[in-house]
Amino acid sequence: MTTKPKLCYFRGRGRMESIRWLLAAAGVEFEEEFIETREQYEKLQKEGLLLFGQVPMVEIDGMVLTQTRAILSYLAAKYDSYGKDLKETVRINMYADGTLDLMMMIALAAFKPPEEKEENLTLIVKKAKTRYFPVFEKILNDRGEDFLVGNKFSWADIQLLEVILMVEELDASVLADFPLLKAFEARISNIPTIRKFLQPGSPRKSILQF
Amino acid sequence: MATKPKLHYPNGRGRMESVRWVLAAAGVEFDEEFLETKEQLQKLQDGNHLLFQQVPMVEIDGMKLVQTRSILHYIAEKHHLFGKDLKERTLIDMYVEGTLDLLELIIMHPFLKPDDQQKEVVNMAQKAIIRYFPVFEKVLREHGQRFLVGNQLSLADVILLQTILALEEKIPNILSAFPHLQEFTVKISNIPTIKKFLEPGSKKKPPPDDIYVRTVYNIFMP
Repeated sequence: MTTKPKLCYFRGRGRMESIRWLLAAAGVEFEEEFIETREQYEKLQKEGLLLFGQVPMVEIDGMVLTQTRAILSYLAAKYDSYGKDLKETVRINMYADGTLDLMMMIALAAFKPPEEKEENLTLIVKKAKTRYFPVFEKILNDRGEDFLVGNKFSWADIQLLEVILMVEELDASVLADFPLLKAFEARISNIPTIRKFLQPGSPRKSILQF
Repeated sequence: MATKPKLHYPNGRGRMESVRWVLAAAGVEFDEEFLETKEQLQKLQDGNHLLFQQVPMVEIDGMKLVQTRSILHYIAEKHHLFGKDLKERTLIDMYVEGTLDLLELIIMHPFLKPDDQQKEVVNMAQKAIIRYFPVFEKVLREHGQRFLVGNQLSLADVILLQTILALEEKIPNILSAFPHLQEFTVKISNIPTIKKFLEPGSKKKPPPDDIYVRTVYNIFMP
């Protein structure tokens, strides 16, 4: 019996949320240790568990992994969500990197002073609608497939759904001009493991938890 | 006959320099098209050559790759600089991600306000000495091998060397407390492809100057 992966982070989305999504989509149950005090954090550092003194940290398969993208790449490969060859992998990486950029903007917005927040969030929605969503709408249009890469569900699809939902939390009408993304959202949300993750009581963190 | 990869970026280090380093380390010759004006960037954007309207962009193997990390991973994987299995690759990835975080401070430095620049050099030095270098010093000390992972050259070694040399330009004695990193720097610098890249006349770019900063502002500021 293998031990479940263990996630170590604050009780919130931040940089760990994409990791939760990937594990959930792969149907992998995991445990979470929530860092709530300075002492806990320092204890982890003293135990040498945080390579560069940072979280996210994931204990999995006998390894202690840090660095969000390294963790995500490992999981994508492990759960066969990384394409069938290098050309597919690089496309998945590019799409994922783009969505991670957009998600990082949203995560960082939480730390902006209140007077800047509204302007910031408006800018993020604008970036989503002009820089990122048109790209994915076009890919779906040009390929006419259900998924972004290789006609198979991959890490890129999980990332895209995650960012779509995050931006919709800021502006519910954001997909008004993107019919294929709207259909994609419904389709991917209905994958059983993902549907389960989208239900209350799952490890998914809410928008209130940064 | 395969065409050489073609790099699209301003004529300076920035986020493309890591790509230049890895291609050079892998012994791959490449061409460069330097962005000099906003119009050139607009042309690339309008022609749908830039997936997210951004550079770096590398034309390679019939693709137009963007996103620095994706480009680096592709080149590393293609040229056997990414370890022998998934576990090694993940370790290399972790080291590279950490090093790129440190390199980011160097990349952003010329664009800080002059008053903030000196403070930031102190910050960089502290981060390097307290957070990053001890990790790599320990790795090298514990396995006693020349390379960080798997006893062969990888992306992790190349990016670390790039970062060490860039920091040494600002803080010459930054490796004084790290004998294994000093040895690492010498050994990796002496690998033939890398040695060639470190010689004058290579595609390695000089430290950013005012002209570079001005060019970047002209191209990217609205």
